[in-house]
This record gives sequence, structure tokens and C-alpha cells, in this order.
Amino acid sequence: MTPARSRTGAGPQVPKPRKALAHIGIPAWIYTVAAAGGLLVLLPLIAMVARVNWPQFIPLVTSDSSLTALGLSLRTSATSTVLCVILGVPLALVLARASFPGQRVLRSLVLLPLVLPPVVGGIALLYTFGRQGLLGRSVEMLGLQIAFSTTAVVLAQTFVSLPFLVVSLEGALRTAGPKYEAVAATLGARPGTVLRRVTLPLVLPGLASGAVLSFARSLGEFGATLTFAGSLQGVTRTLPLEIYLQRETDADAAVALSLVLVAVSVTVVALAHRGPRPPGRASAAGGEGATTAAPASRGGVL
Amino acid sequence: MKPTRGFARAKVAATVSLLAVTLAGCGPAGQVDQNGNKDGGEPGAGGTATGTVTVFAAASLKAAFTELAGKFEASHPGTKVSLSFAGSADLVTQITQGAPADVFASADTRNMAKLQDSGLVDGEPRDFATNTLTIAVPPGNPAGIASFRDLARPGTKVVVCASQVPCGAAAVTIEQETGTALSPVSEESSVTDVLGKVVSGEADAGLVYVTDAKNAGSKVESIPFTEAARAVNTYPMAAVKGARNKQAAEAFLELVTGSEGQAALGNAGFGAPQQ
Amino acid sequence: MTFTVQAVVADRGFDVSLSLGPTETVAVMGPNGAGKSTLLAVIAGLLHPDSGRAEVDGRVLFDVAGGRGPWTPPHRRGTALLAQEPLLFPHLSALDNVAFGPRSAGTPKQQARDSASRWLAEVEAGELESRRPVELSGGQSQRVAVARALAADPGLLLLDEPMAALDIHAAPLLRRLLKRVLAGRRAIIITHDILDALILADRVVILENGRISEEGPTRDVLLRPRSRFAAGLAGLNFVVGTITEHGLQARDLAVYGQHDDLPGPLPIGQPGVAVFPPSAVSVFMAEAHGSPRNSFPVTITDLEPHGDRIRVRAGEGGQLSADITPESSADLALVPGIEVYFVIKAGAVSIYPG
Repeated sequence: MTPARSRTGAGPQVPKPRKALAHIGIPAWIYTVAAAGGLLVLLPLIAMVARVNWPQFIPLVTSDSSLTALGLSLRTSATSTVLCVILGVPLALVLARASFPGQRVLRSLVLLPLVLPPVVGGIALLYTFGRQGLLGRSVEMLGLQIAFSTTAVVLAQTFVSLPFLVVSLEGALRTAGPKYEAVAATLGARPGTVLRRVTLPLVLPGLASGAVLSFARSLGEFGATLTFAGSLQGVTRTLPLEIYLQRETDADAAVALSLVLVAVSVTVVALAHRGPRPPGRASAAGGEGATTAAPASRGGVL
Repeated sequence: MKPTRGFARAKVAATVSLLAVTLAGCGPAGQVDQNGNKDGGEPGAGGTATGTVTVFAAASLKAAFTELAGKFEASHPGTKVSLSFAGSADLVTQITQGAPADVFASADTRNMAKLQDSGLVDGEPRDFATNTLTIAVPPGNPAGIASFRDLARPGTKVVVCASQVPCGAAAVTIEQETGTALSPVSEESSVTDVLGKVVSGEADAGLVYVTDAKNAGSKVESIPFTEAARAVNTYPMAAVKGARNKQAAEAFLELVTGSEGQAALGNAGFGAPQQ
Repeated sequence: MTFTVQAVVADRGFDVSLSLGPTETVAVMGPNGAGKSTLLAVIAGLLHPDSGRAEVDGRVLFDVAGGRGPWTPPHRRGTALLAQEPLLFPHLSALDNVAFGPRSAGTPKQQARDSASRWLAEVEAGELESRRPVELSGGQSQRVAVARALAADPGLLLLDEPMAALDIHAAPLLRRLLKRVLAGRRAIIITHDILDALILADRVVILENGRISEEGPTRDVLLRPRSRFAAGLAGLNFVVGTITEHGLQARDLAVYGQHDDLPGPLPIGQPGVAVFPPSAVSVFMAEAHGSPRNSFPVTITDLEPHGDRIRVRAGEGGQLSADITPESSADLALVPGIEVYFVIKAGAVSIYPG
């Protein structure tokens, strides 16, 4: 779409209808395989919904322990998402914009929790913040008790969710490229001003979707929490842990709570990805908006 | 196909992949069983061969039953014992969902009763062992725990099983019988998780089964307490209805409840069944 | 009060030194990869040279040796950059885009907006104030970008092929705009278009392989090219003179031509340049008449092969050339020294204000 855009003369640009892309078409068999893939994910969900004990659904999900667990999950996930943003934005900026020795290693390490079994993450956190851990003693001397506390839950969730934010945001930053920032600098904007007025607004959609993914991941966090934080109603027993425990005795409750968790997650993710983005703000996250306005320069300065 | 339809489908596919991301968060629940052991997988794919007996047993029986399986195969030439260890509740679920088990050995009577209710137990279950709680503390016992009452000392970090699982139910029984109210810092879903918190030194003490403490070797110290006798956990086992190898199943039951079986269970820390 | 730069970027084989007077505009031309963009990047502070020094009006931009030494960061250089792409901030309105420079310099919001408003009017984009960049055409965007660069009040304006991404209708408009706003300013403009150099610049610098191969007043360089690149550019015929009602009056030639891009009449009486390609020139032995056309009596100075054609050079210093087929050349029995007529249709001659 780039040449069409920049070669057009006076008058506002009419965006090309995006649906035109579908005319290109894909082989018919792809639909079949895609449907199979979709079913693999959807069918278990449907099966679970089919197993819900509907007459008892409301009492099951509004029991004291269920509501406590849901509330704890939402609170800890929100907190860890804030932590992810605070820590993840600088990390993504450093990874996308700076250049220093060991950068690739740092990126791999930051992304490690994506592929690490959460239990392993929990063990690693234990040996860092635990009583016998690397930082545990110093933290304890400050009067902080991390083990078996809600703080531990938040730490575990942040640990597993941070890569989601960093990956989204780094991608958005790379798509946006450094051109706008360079122009802003030559216009006299200090690095702080560039970050605040150019970089962050440009990657806002990417940041938002990264934050939502982090929240969803935090909400589903189980293994690291179980290993590192323990399980106590109202303190560390989040919804997934409650489901896991309920499964021992009350399968109906486990299924009902699972459905709640799925519903919350789907809602959150759907909110972040609702519909096509409004024009003009399509930029970085979508990976095309920013480049639409900025065709690759041939040998340009930027 | 109209282009709009194709576009709509693409959106569906995108939604599906998002769901996958969401679900991945819940994933680990299916990977670690109640006792933190690796799932043994579906047993006896080759179970059609005569002489193979498939035994579903509670995870705490792993050491004793592995030993006994070897003895069984030695004394019954031509047979093979296929063992699957997991949490008792998981095993009951698997059997009711059609897993091919010949023998079920439960860590508590409640799960055995669940299988009986499903009509899947052949004959009467037989009690073959008991297990009692003990206090596990990190090596050196840093918190100086000497008795069950010490666990109630303020500031003591005690980890127990949640009341929904057998070891937690036993702890609750002892609390009620002795009038000692514990304020645990965590109520875990399995004994293994309790033990893990003690081994790592996070907890000052944990209530676990004698057999678990014994299995952990020198990683924990075991502090026996007399009140443990108030909550004795009984292990029943039975042949599963529709067992493909009924004879071998009965023979294995005989071995476990016989003197050889009892000796092996005693070595693992189990008590004799109460008559 | 001057701008001077001398810089070496070893791994790009770049070694250039250049200076500009306070109101001078220099066009930088050269083949792709010659180092034109490197020059701008070094001046703007987006690229660290290995060694060199730059100064603007006595202020040191950098003075490095072995990669170390005083270094002024880009935002304190006062070297606003206008690229091939407008690069308007997509989340800001046109007005706020233009106000960005003054705001960054600490100007209060309202004052910055007022000034932005004036600059938008200056580039004839006043009615676009509240538009988002996505609602602007390429030409409109680039005009707003010009306003944004100027609003930052740069001591040196850097233009990197500002017309390259524009279509054939938008480019002449922007060229005329730049002609107006660059008057009295110090600027460096990278371009591939000889017209930009002729119209916008006082001087042209030819960069080849990271080195300046030639520099001087644009017309001198084009008339007497010493570098191969300039010689290539000089293949285009151009006649300088004064703009008249029908075209251009050179010293002894009246050139009929037209300007099909610029709206409005040409500034009659002002200096101008007539440009036409050698392929549009026909060679006749006798004067030709008819529909508006130019017919110049010239003396052939040189004949040389040029691709599958013959390039006929004629006139004083061979500044006019015609490309004809070898057959025509043989038919006419062309040799250096004979007198012929160069005939060009008026429609093939473009007149520009110079």
C-alpha cells in the first residue's frame, strides 16, 4: 500500500479496502487443517462446558473459597501486570534500541520463562527469594517476608508474564523503527521528551496488547505459584490453585471454576483485540500502520 | 467463497489461537499429579498378553510396590506387572474413565469408596497397610520442634495438606482431637508439595506421612509424635471389576496382604492394617 | 559565521570536508552509496564519525579523534532533518507536529501552537491544522514536514531527497515552496534531480565513493563537469537566461518552452533555466519552421558514440548535444566544424525559475 499512498496527489488518502487481501486466496485444504487445529482447542472447552453442573453453577462459583480465589487472582494479576509494565518497558527499550555486548544473551534469558516449565520457574524463585535463597536473607533483614505471602504470588506471576510484555513491546518498537525518534531528536527533543512524546505513543497499541497478554498469563499462572508461594485461602491460593484443589473432592466445583477462569481470560483477551484498530492508531502493534506512513527509504539517513 | 467469508474465518482462527495462549496458562495443572510424581502414562498397552497384571497404586506405595512387583514376576514365571502410580483421586478418575486397571490400591478408604460407588470394585476391598503422620523438619530442626503442640507456636511456619486431600484430613482430625489449632502458612494439594517446602527450608515444619519422610532420606528429619495415632490412614486395595487378568490380580492381592508383602510395606514405613 | 564539517567514517570509506556560508544552500549529488546520507547522519548526530570536527557559527558539534572527543547530542545541534518520507508523528495533529520543535525547546504550549500555525500558513497548509497525518496526502504531509523542520528554527536544515517520494504533480509544488523558504537559510539538500540543484542550491557538491569529487556553482559544474557523475548529469541540455513571456532569453538565443508543472505564470524578467534532453533534439542542415519549435544554428564540435546512438555536441564548449541514429549521422555526413540546426519542439523544453 505504500507506493499508492505516497504517489497520490492532493486530497486525503482513501484507505484501500483491506478485504481485498482475501481475494488472493489460500488453498482449500488449508481450511480443513485449520479447522482441525481450531477444534483441537475448542473441543475440550466445549466438552468442559458440557460437563458443567448448571443447576449448581451459581452456588459453586459464588462459594466463599471460590470468590476469595477469584478476587485474589484478579488483584495479584493486576499488580503483576503493573510490575510487568514498569519493568518490561525499559527492558524492551534496551533490547530494541540500545546496542551493547551480551544483548542477544540478555534477550534469550528474558524470554526464558516463555519456554521454561513454570515449576522450574518456581524453584528458581525459591532459591532467589526463599528463606535460604540468594536474596532471601537480605530481604528478610529488611523485615519483608516473601515466602508464603501474596508478594510471592505476584513475583511468580511477574516472572512468567514479563516475557509476554517484553516480546510484544519489542516487536512494536522494532516495527516502528527509530526513524521517528531520530527526527524528533533533530527537532530538538531531549531523549526523555522523545520517549514520552514519540516512542511511547507510537507503541501504545503494542504496549496495551502486551499488558493484556501478561494479565492473562498471570491469571493462569499455576506451577510457579504452587512451588514458590504455597497455597492458602485468601493469601496465596489463586483461582488455578483452587481449581486444582477442588478437583480432589468436588469435580463439579473444579469444572465450574475452570469455566469462570476461561470466561475471564477470553474476555480480557477479546477486549484487547476487539475489531480492527482505528485508522491512524493502527501503528506499531499491528506491524503495518507505522510502515504505511513510512516507506522504506532508499539509502535515507533514517 | 466470498472474500468476506474468508476474512471472517481468518478472524475465527485468530481468536482460537488466542484461546490457546490463555489455556496454556492453565496447562501445568495437567502435567503434575497430586503427588508431584510424573504420570506413569497409560499402562499396559500390551495388556492383551496373558500374564500381565496392571496395578494402579497410590503414589506413596511406589517403593514398596516396585519391589513387590519384582518378587511377583519371579514367583509367577510368565507374568508381568505393569505399575501406574499417581494420586488416589486421579487413579479413580482414570479407572472410571475406562483406564484398563486390574488392581487398585488406594491411599485412603474414601477414594476406594468412590470407586465402589461407581460399581467398579470386584468383591470387598482388603485393607493392607496403614500410614500415620509425622512432623518433617529441615535437617538440624532450626525451629526446635519437639512435639505436635510446638507446631502451634506463634511464628512457626507450618505447612500442611489441604483438608480436601487425605493427609490434610488426617491433620484436621488430630487438631480436633488434641484441641490444638494450627495456623499453617500454606495448605498444599499434596504431601510432595508439603515435603518440598520443608526440604527447601521455607517451612519450619510440615505434616507428612511417615513413609514420605522415610523416602526423603536425610533431606528432612522426622519427629514422631504420639498424637499421630489419632488419625490412622488405612490403605485398601481391590481387584477392579472387569479385570482382564482376574487370576493374576487375585494373586497380586494375595502377595501384598501376605507375609512377604507386609514385610516389604513395613520396610517402607507402613504400619500393619488394623484388624 | 559559517558551518564547517570534516569527518571520516572508516568502515564506509567516507572522508568529506565541507563548509557553508550563513545563507548558503548546497546540493549534494552522487551515485547511490556514495555517502550522501552518511554526510547528513554525521552532521545531524545520528552517526558517530571515527574522527573529524564540525562547527556551526562557532559552536562545536563534534571534535572527535579515534571515536572520542566532544560530542553534541542530536537534540542540541539545531540541525533539523527533512527526509524523503515526511515521518509526521502519526498520533499528533498537523499543528502539534509543527509545534513539536518549539515545545521541545521549552516554548509554552499556546505560543508554540501559534508559531506552528504561522509556519503551516507559510507552507500553504493552514487549513490542514487539525488533520492527522493519516488524513494527509503525500504532498501535504511533506509540506507539513517542511513547516515542522522550519518551526524548530534550525541553524542548518538537512534535506534528504525531500521530493523523491512525491508524485510528479506534488514535487514541483514542493520545489517551489522550498525555493521560497530556503532563501536566506543555510541548508544541505541531497538530491538525484538536477533541477533541485539548479533551482534550490547555490552550489553543488558531487560525492563519489565517500569523497567529494567535484564542487562549485551548479551551472559551472554542469557546464564543465570534471567528474564522471557530473558528466552524466550534464548530458541534459540546459540554457540559462532570463525568463520571457514565451520561454527564456539567453544571450543570443530565444528559447521557446513551457512549464507544465507550475501553476501560474513564470516570473518574467527573473533568471531562469531551460532544460531539454539530447534525445529531443533533431539535427537539420537547414532552418526548420512550423509549430512552436526552437531552431538553433550551431557548429558541431564533436561526435561520439553514445549507446546505440551518436551524440552530437555543438555550440560554445559543446554545451548543447543531440542524440541521433548512426544512419541519420551518415545521411547528413556530419563532421566536426560544419554548421547545422538543432531543432527542439517547444513542448520538450521545460523552463524553470533559476
